[in-house]
Amino acid sequence: MLQIPCIHCGLRDESEFSCGGTSHMTRPGLEQSDQVWGEYLFFRDNPKGLHGERWRHSQGCGQWFNLVRNTVTHAIESVYAITDPPP
Amino acid sequence: MKYSAWQLLRGALSGQRHWPQAWRDASPKSRYDIIIVGGGGHGLASAYYLAKNHGITNVAVLERGWIGGGNTGRNTSIVRSNYLFPESARLYDFSLQLYEGLSQALNFNIMLSQRGLVMLAHSRHDLDAMSRWANAMRMNGIAAEILTRDEVGALAPALDLSPQARLPVLGGFAQRRAGTARHDAVAWGYARAASALGVDIIQNCEVVDFIKERGRVVGVNTSRGRIEAERVGIAAAGHSSVLAKLAGFRLPVTSYALQAMVSEPIKPVLDTVILSPGTGAYVSQSDKGEIVMGAMLDLFPSYAQRGSFAVKQAIIAATLELFPCFSRLNLMRQWAGIVDVVHDSSPIIGATPIPNLFINCGWGTGGFKAIPVGGWTLAHVLATGQNHPLAEAFQLERFVTGRLVDEAAASGIAH
Repeated sequence: MLQIPCIHCGLRDESEFSCGGTSHMTRPGLEQSDQVWGEYLFFRDNPKGLHGERWRHSQGCGQWFNLVRNTVTHAIESVYAITDPPP
Repeated sequence: MKYSAWQLLRGALSGQRHWPQAWRDASPKSRYDIIIVGGGGHGLASAYYLAKNHGITNVAVLERGWIGGGNTGRNTSIVRSNYLFPESARLYDFSLQLYEGLSQALNFNIMLSQRGLVMLAHSRHDLDAMSRWANAMRMNGIAAEILTRDEVGALAPALDLSPQARLPVLGGFAQRRAGTARHDAVAWGYARAASALGVDIIQNCEVVDFIKERGRVVGVNTSRGRIEAERVGIAAAGHSSVLAKLAGFRLPVTSYALQAMVSEPIKPVLDTVILSPGTGAYVSQSDKGEIVMGAMLDLFPSYAQRGSFAVKQAIIAATLELFPCFSRLNLMRQWAGIVDVVHDSSPIIGATPIPNLFINCGWGTGGFKAIPVGGWTLAHVLATGQNHPLAEAFQLERFVTGRLVDEAAASGIAH
């Protein structure tokens, strides 16, 4: 079981959280091409290693925040607010 | 050597010491017509069908570890074709048809056991959804039977069918042709048959880079040196994105851990496969007697090949609600495979943005059942440069055009 540090509630069990996928994706403008929209909606780096991702403390405070987590070791490298820029 | 009863009999007189190596553990040559990256079921099947269907035998399968050591050895070994949409039904049913003839075709007993698959309905909504599903299968020419609760009970008497059950069983549907196959035998059967036709199976050979000339792939650099090829196919499941990055493109894939586990072996108690989409439980009994339990993904990206305890607990809880009689069993082994999940839970089989480079990925949680058709269709596009008709709907472009084959809600497991 992962222990995830919620920025509001501190260290809690993984089962209280839900992962919301890759952080810092920028929504394209409506005038953009299908190619750009396809990239935004579906294509991902899916890195083996450090991954910036959004999590929600869904069974706790309900707030979103960002993690940088290693997808091989699951070690959490940093935690920061949902509106902060990537570290 | 052709495996036969006669060979067994002959071996009985000589202590069974006459069996040759099943396949050649080859060393890489400097050049091949076609290289397949990934020595799991899909990669080995691709190599076999290149040789068998297209007569292309100057082929290498490059495997980072040992063959069948990835997801081919990390699944619940269930085969079925109970999909909703015509494109998927055609694809997966062709796979099941190939499985039905595979032991003969490969001269290797893959231990296919068509013990049937029963989907459980736990609510009125489930009953309606399953009627639609079973009828969609019939429309696609795949036999499905809608079952009452008593009929489910007759097929799986160990289920808790009491009205007090927390997850009451109201009915369901069955695909009788579904079942299980021996996963190692599928990998080894394809490896042996491909090797006999001249394919080089090269283990401990990790691709570290793609060699390109004027934007076209002309070979790969590996941990065992440079290997050139006319065309390269990738069949690397959860590691597809890693290889795509080396080649210089991205995929609509996210890698997750999918775990499963087995109990200690017990006497025969369950002779069909039980799937409960409402809870995510996926239960069968192996030929050795173990209760095999699979379930939902660990829902965060992972390359770790191990599952989370929280999900393990949920799998076991769901299984025990259905089968309270399993509560005293000890768990014997658990494992997780890294699966390549695509938004619509349908595969990608065809060209990549890089000329001469082709891919078979995106099977997500359902790659094992698709091994024969994945190999058949990747071999086709590698050999001819044209998509196989069965793979036409499963191209990378669909994520730009929006023409998804959205089995995500239909393929039986929530993911």
